Amino acid sequence: MPTQDITYREAIVFALQEEMRRDPTTLIMGEDIGESEGPFKTCQGLMAEFGSARVRDTPIAETGFVGACLGLSLTGYRPIAEIMFADFLGVAFDQIVNGIAKHRFMSGGKVKTPIVIRAIGGAGLRFGAQHSQTAESWMLSVPGLKIICPSNPEQAYLMLKAAIRDDNPVLVLEHKALLSMKGPVPVGTEEVAMPTGPKILREGSDVTIVGSLAMVGRSLAAADLLAADGVSAEVIDIQVLRPLDVTVVAESVKRTNNLIVVEEQAPTGGWSSDVVADVLTQAFDYLDSPPARITLPDHPLPYSPGLEDAMLPSPETIAATAKSLLE
Amino acid sequence: MAARKKSAKPSNQVPDPLTDDDRVELFRSMVGIREFEEQVQRSYLEGLVHGTTHLCNGHEAVSSGVAQALRPDDYVSYTYRGHGHCLARGMDMEAAFAELFGRVDGVCGGIGGSMHLTDIDKGLIGAFGIVGGGLPVAVGAGLSAQLANKEQVSVSFFGDGAANIGAFHESMNIAQVWKLPVLFVCENNLYGEFTRINHTTPYEDLVIRARGYAMEAVQVDGNDVEEVYAAASIAAMRARGGGGPTFIEAKTYRHRGHSRTDPAKYRDPAEVEEWLKRDPITLYRKDLIARGLLDAKAADAIVAELQSEAKAAADRAAASEWPSADQDFMAKTFA
Ligand SMILES: Cc1ncc(C[n+]2csc(CCOP(=O)(O)OP(=O)(O)O)c2C)c(N)n1
Ligand SMILES: [Mg+2]
Repeated sequence: MPTQDITYREAIVFALQEEMRRDPTTLIMGEDIGESEGPFKTCQGLMAEFGSARVRDTPIAETGFVGACLGLSLTGYRPIAEIMFADFLGVAFDQIVNGIAKHRFMSGGKVKTPIVIRAIGGAGLRFGAQHSQTAESWMLSVPGLKIICPSNPEQAYLMLKAAIRDDNPVLVLEHKALLSMKGPVPVGTEEVAMPTGPKILREGSDVTIVGSLAMVGRSLAAADLLAADGVSAEVIDIQVLRPLDVTVVAESVKRTNNLIVVEEQAPTGGWSSDVVADVLTQAFDYLDSPPARITLPDHPLPYSPGLEDAMLPSPETIAATAKSLLE
Repeated sequence: MAARKKSAKPSNQVPDPLTDDDRVELFRSMVGIREFEEQVQRSYLEGLVHGTTHLCNGHEAVSSGVAQALRPDDYVSYTYRGHGHCLARGMDMEAAFAELFGRVDGVCGGIGGSMHLTDIDKGLIGAFGIVGGGLPVAVGAGLSAQLANKEQVSVSFFGDGAANIGAFHESMNIAQVWKLPVLFVCENNLYGEFTRINHTTPYEDLVIRARGYAMEAVQVDGNDVEEVYAAASIAAMRARGGGGPTFIEAKTYRHRGHSRTDPAKYRDPAEVEEWLKRDPITLYRKDLIARGLLDAKAADAIVAELQSEAKAAADRAAASEWPSADQDFMAKTFA
C-alpha cells in the first residue's frame, strides 16, 4: 500500500473523512467541530463535505451529546463523538459507564451499540491539571467498552477507521502532544481490522519496554539511548487497553527476561499494573528482575513547564531504569 | 475595594448608594484589569505565559461591578477566564503574573497556572477549567454561608456556554429550592469558544433560564459597571436577608479571541465593531467626565499609572524563581 507522509492530526481527518464517505449512517458530534473544524482541527473539511446534519456542533453538553450517541446507535446510526479534551470525559462518565458500556448486555445481546468516542488527552503542553490527563485508566474497569490508544499517525488512521466500523462502543484516546507528529500513513486503505493486542515496534533482546500514546515515542527514544550503550531494548505499543491481552508482551519477556511498563498516568489503578500482573502469570519463570513500572507521580499535574517536564517519564529515566534492571 | 459592610436589609430593589470615591475606584478597578490583560497578551507573545490563557478584555464591568457589591468575607468562584474576577477582589498583580509565568511566587506557586488562579483568603475559592464546574461549588459555598448565618453571599461567574451543561441546571435548582445566598452571574458574551450562541441555545436572553427555576432574575448591560453593580447590590442584599439566589445575566463581549492567539475570525466584523464602540471602560470614562468626577487628564493618569503598574508587576514576576521539582507535591495533594 503506498503511503503519504502526514501528521497524526491529518490521519484522524482522513480516517473520519473516508469512513463518513463509506457509510452514510455515520455522523460526528462535538464542540466547535463544524465551521471551526475543531479546536485541534481534527474535523478539518468535514462540515464542508458532509454538511451540518452529519457534522454537528453541539452545545457544551457532554452528558447530552455522548448519551445521545447511545440513542443514535440503537436506532440505526453509527455516531462518533469528539471530546475536545479527554478531561471532559468526566462530565459524560455516567452515560458511558452505566449506559453505553452496558446497554447491549442488558438487552440480552439483542441490540448493537456502534459508538466511537474520540477524546484528545495528554500532558506536555502546559495546560495544567484539568486539561492534561490521558483518561486511560478512568474507564479501564468498565466491562463493555473497548479502549484503544494510537501512538503514531498510521495507527491513528487505521485504528480510528476500525473503531468506526466496529459494532461496539470504542473509546479512542488520542494524544494532543502527538497531533503534529508526522509519519507514513496508508491513506485510502479499504480493509481494516481492530487490533486485538499489543504491537512490537522495535525488536530487542535485553529488555522489553511497553508504553502507550506519547510514552511509546519516549520508549523508542530510550531504546536509542540504550542501543548507544550496547543494550538491546524491545519496544511494544500496548495500543489496546481493553480488552487487554498481554500475550505479545509475555512472549517478548520470555526472550528479554526483563520488563518495564511506562504509563502517562498515576501509579494507582492504571493499566501498567494489569500488564505486570498478567505477565507475571504468564512468564514468571522467565523474569530476571522484578518488573518496573514508570508512571506519573501520585498527584495531579502541575502547570509550570519545568515541573510538568519533571513529572513525565523521560527517555533518560526509562533508559536508566532499564540499566538498573540489567545490573 | 468593598471594605464597607454592606447592609443586609431585605431587598427594596434599591442598591446601596455609590459615593463619588467608589465611582473613581470602580473606574480604576476596570482599568487595572484591562491593563493586566494587555500585559498578559504581551507577555504571552514573549513566551512568558505557558500553554494557554483566556483574556477578559471587554468583561471588566462585570468583575468590577459585582465585586463592588461584595464584602471581604463573601465567596467567589469563576472560570479559566478569571483574571478579572481575581483582580477585582484585590489579588496582587505580581502574584497573578508570577502564576501565569509558572513561577514560585505565583499565587498558587506555579502549580495552578492561568486557568486556576485561587486565593481562599480573598474569598476567591476557585477557578474552574471544566465548563460549569464552578456552579455546584458556588452552591456549596452558598450553603456554608447559609449555615454559618453571617449574611455572606456566594457568587458564581460563568459564561453563556455554561448555561447548557447539566451542572448549571442542577445548581440553579438546588440553590433555589434551598433558598441559598448565591448570585449566579452569567457573562453572556454570545460565544462559547468559536460557536455563536444561536447555534447552541434556543434564545439569546439567558435570563429566561431562571424562570424555569422560579429564581429572581435580572438582565443587565454588562458593559455598564454601575448597572452591574446595582443588580449585584440588590441581589446580594436579598441573599443576605434570606431571600435566596438571583440570576444575573450580564450582556457583554470579549474583545479578543477565546484563548491564546485565537484571531476570532468566526465573528462578524460589524458585530465586533458595534461592541468595541461600547467598551465598558470608555463608556464609564465618558460618564465620569460628564459627571465632573474625573477630567481627561486624571483619567489618562489612572490608565498610565495602572499600565506601568502592570508592566512593573510583570517584570518583577518574570524575575521570580522557577519552582523546584523537588518540592513536596504530596503535601500539596493531601493536607
Ligand atoms: C465540560 C467542558 N467542555 C468543553 C470545554 C472547552 N471549553 C472551554 S471554554 C469553552 C467555551 C465556554 O463558553 P462560555 O461558557 O460562554 O464562557 P466564555 O469562554 O465565553 O467566557 C469551551 C467549550 C470545557 N472547558 N469544559
Ligand atoms: Mg461565552
